[in-house]
Amino acid sequence: MSLELVTILDKDGKAQRGKDPNLPPEELQRLYKLMCATRALDERGLALQRQGRIGFYLQSTGQEASHLGSAYALQDSDWLFPAYRQPGILLLRQIPYEKIIAEWFGNSGDTSKGRQMPVHYSFRQANFVSISSPIGTQLSQAAGAGMAAKARGEDTVFMTFCGDGGTSSNDFHCGLNFAAVYKAPVVFVCENNGWAISVPNDKQTASESMAIKADAYGMPGVRVDGNDILAVYRVTKEAVERARRGDGPTLIETVTYRIASHSSSDDADRYRDKKEFEAWQKKDPIARFQRYLKHKKLWSEDFENECVEGTKDEIAAAVKVAEAMPPVGPETMFEDVYMNPTQQLKDQKKHLHDLVQKGGVGAEVGHFPL
Amino acid sequence: MTATNPQTGKGQAKTKVMTMLEAINDAMKVEMRNDDRVVVFGEDVGKKGGVFGTTMGLHEQFGDNRCFDTPLSECGILGAGVGMAVYGMRPVAEIQFLDFIYPGFDQIVSEAAKMRYRSGGEYTCPMVIRSPYGGGIRGGHYHSQSSEAYFCHTPGLKVVIPSTPADAKGLLISSIRDEDPVMFLEPKAIYRHAKDEVPVGEHTVELGKARIAREGTDVTVLCYGAMVPVCEKAADLAQEEHGRSVEIVDLRTLVPLDEHTILESVKKTGRVVVVYEAPKTGGFGGELSAIIAEKAIEYMEGPIVRVAGFDTPFPYSLEHLYMPDPKRVAAGIEKTFVW
Repeated sequence: MSLELVTILDKDGKAQRGKDPNLPPEELQRLYKLMCATRALDERGLALQRQGRIGFYLQSTGQEASHLGSAYALQDSDWLFPAYRQPGILLLRQIPYEKIIAEWFGNSGDTSKGRQMPVHYSFRQANFVSISSPIGTQLSQAAGAGMAAKARGEDTVFMTFCGDGGTSSNDFHCGLNFAAVYKAPVVFVCENNGWAISVPNDKQTASESMAIKADAYGMPGVRVDGNDILAVYRVTKEAVERARRGDGPTLIETVTYRIASHSSSDDADRYRDKKEFEAWQKKDPIARFQRYLKHKKLWSEDFENECVEGTKDEIAAAVKVAEAMPPVGPETMFEDVYMNPTQQLKDQKKHLHDLVQKGGVGAEVGHFPL
Repeated sequence: MTATNPQTGKGQAKTKVMTMLEAINDAMKVEMRNDDRVVVFGEDVGKKGGVFGTTMGLHEQFGDNRCFDTPLSECGILGAGVGMAVYGMRPVAEIQFLDFIYPGFDQIVSEAAKMRYRSGGEYTCPMVIRSPYGGGIRGGHYHSQSSEAYFCHTPGLKVVIPSTPADAKGLLISSIRDEDPVMFLEPKAIYRHAKDEVPVGEHTVELGKARIAREGTDVTVLCYGAMVPVCEKAADLAQEEHGRSVEIVDLRTLVPLDEHTILESVKKTGRVVVVYEAPKTGGFGGELSAIIAEKAIEYMEGPIVRVAGFDTPFPYSLEHLYMPDPKRVAAGIEKTFVW
């Protein structure tokens, strides 16, 4: 048994007859601009890390179609339990650049108050649940939230992401199992980018694909070309509709590639074949979608300029704003541990306050290495 | 029956005689009626009513959506619980024995405990994790351990351990209403140990307030859970054999910890024994000892003494020697006078 790879756009950007979801022109252009903006944001993030202005960065380059195409199939009221390589969703859900970038700086402009490393976003206004580093934990959480919404008769759909490495986690198993048993309205998106840091797919699983694992859990599994935004959108839309009408979860494997290293602390050249990388570079999802827009006569030099250069200018302006935000105050360390601080936390807060007042305190802290 | 409300000391609350098991069951029924966001789930909690019977009748009364069995996966139970809580429910997840919680440990310490903090307060996790714990039932390694210290060591979690039926009910209702994740650890050795007057209907006990289980003047014994009745017997022995007047402080909640009550008692008596059934090294009693050493050493007239389990895996056949018993605790009490 093997699963077909669902594709709509050929490498020249032509849509297969009868499969084009026929999105309105302005929506197609919006998606393209979001892809370009996601890439520009990513490039800026890495550059800031290389300049020593932020401590860490983790790129999503090459995976724009995979995460934007899937999240685009949701309604704004639907919830996301993301992993750490889907920043485009924040742009899709209209989070301003300053807010995203302030999270990198971890200063007072950061909605999560500088509590986490860069790219571990949380945006309640976008129903985008706080990201954590442990792999896969969000999968069973999405199942639980879906179980709750279903029990309450609500029609919210929950989308959750993991990578290929995430399919080996405890929570992949129990998350898919719980969601299937309770027919929870969940869409599991596994972005198979080929690599879990330095470990390739064939060391991650002996299954012929990630999507095929769905069969054992009793849910549909779909394998889609993750660099084809229309194909990703189309299969996800079907999964979202299935979830919303009460027919349960779906596992979607988006077959894509991690063009960058794992993170700013990693160098993929040490373990990855250059030929493999170069072959995938030619399958760039943005270039492929651009060719489609050209066929549709929805692309021009001016439009390209707006999407790329215009976006870069907006990001540059946002970096200035975000970087200038004041640092978080020492007292904020003790907030949000509990709704109300314990006596112990109050005592410790006062202790630190007194030390800071006297001056001279503060341990030597290095830069995040790997 | 009526009695003085044990919390306020005021008024005449209606009471009913219950075991701790029944009181825990009653607490869930009260809160499930009060708040339709409360859902109870775990292994065998549905039609069976739990392996100990704590969820008896909930499925029948509230239906599939409010009380349900899950697949046999602690990771799944706790991960789903976090998702439910983040989404706005009040999940009460049961882990059948605390010894089995480790596959879901990540969801507790990395997710539930940190959700409020890491999201800058945007997302919260008001979940209760109920689990029977502790020795005294011939349960061997995997049905006996007392691993509360792991959870006390994780900021963001509250850790609650009742020792009486009335407290079990009041603390559980308060835990379900709490806005933060609570580990509600149930001392299974005393589930059916003694019946007690338990207020009917609404009954809460504030988290973070210790209870003076017995007043005394010569020495303080700090304890919680199933060690409270053991310490009461030890206090009787110390009184009979050496004329010691023992004050027993039942901590009720380890996090948040009522340092005020502990320190007031210790300053009054000048002597302290810390009793816990977990392995001695790294146990929560070590923290209690350190707090007293830091904040009340000048009041002490004898050594801070710990009476605890031994640093071995939980021994099945020698359990009776592993568990602190009244004689061992009484010897610990005497050690604060003669050393």
